[in-house]
Amino acid sequence: MIAELVIFIILGIVAVSSAFAVILSKNPVYAVLFLVINFFALAMLYLVLSAQFVAFIQILVYAGAIMVLFLFVVMLLNLTGAIESLQDKLPAQRWLAPALGMVLLVEIAVVFLSGFFAQVPEASELPEGFGTSAPVGMLLFSRYVLPFEVTSAVLLIAMVGSIVLAKRRP
Amino acid sequence: MLPAYPYLILSAVLFTTGTLGVLIRRNPIIMFMSIELMLNAANLAFITFARYQQSMDGHVFVFIVMTVAAAEVAVGLGIIVAIFRLRGNINVDELDEMKG
Repeated sequence: MIAELVIFIILGIVAVSSAFAVILSKNPVYAVLFLVINFFALAMLYLVLSAQFVAFIQILVYAGAIMVLFLFVVMLLNLTGAIESLQDKLPAQRWLAPALGMVLLVEIAVVFLSGFFAQVPEASELPEGFGTSAPVGMLLFSRYVLPFEVTSAVLLIAMVGSIVLAKRRP
Repeated sequence: MLPAYPYLILSAVLFTTGTLGVLIRRNPIIMFMSIELMLNAANLAFITFARYQQSMDGHVFVFIVMTVAAAEVAVGLGIIVAIFRLRGNINVDELDEMKG
């Protein structure tokens, strides 16, 4: 209990501060690296929540593949010198966004802490092998086989679409 | 074992941070990363509920969300590169030809 609380507090501070660093850093390269830190903190939280398979998929796919793609595009476009324009077309947005963000946070917190979600049971005994790759794979190929196949179609369409977008027009 | 609420509150804070990033920033790459933050906050809520309901269906949904995020990043970054090639900069405030 105490150990889990300490781990949660450390990982929560790392996750929240790296998330704020992502949205506040001027240099997109630093933002990408802070986002990688955030993904690692979330992967550790998944491990605490005994979701081992998802935690390692998070590190492999998100922190590995997707972030490398981001970093590649940031360095390819060389946007580090590009300053965001000073004359903002929506100047009120900078002031309204934090206020409305606070409203959103309070709203999500109220939804989570009341009503339907208050019925979450707090049992701690898990079935054998919870969160390892074999049961997740069994579920993926039995009950969720149709979403799994649709996902492969989504990936194919994304692949074709990005090739068409990247092709130079003659 | 901790109750589920701390994890859900952390998920809400991360989601709000991502929303703020999309609203405040004008660099489309950082806006994309804020969208990734929001997807990950939703994933954390999925994993939390999967743990406390003791059912692994949430893990499958996280798997599918990650796949959709990968597809979205591939197409979105392709669009950003195409716009950069065409215009030379990617400030979203200047990309207003399609306004209705």
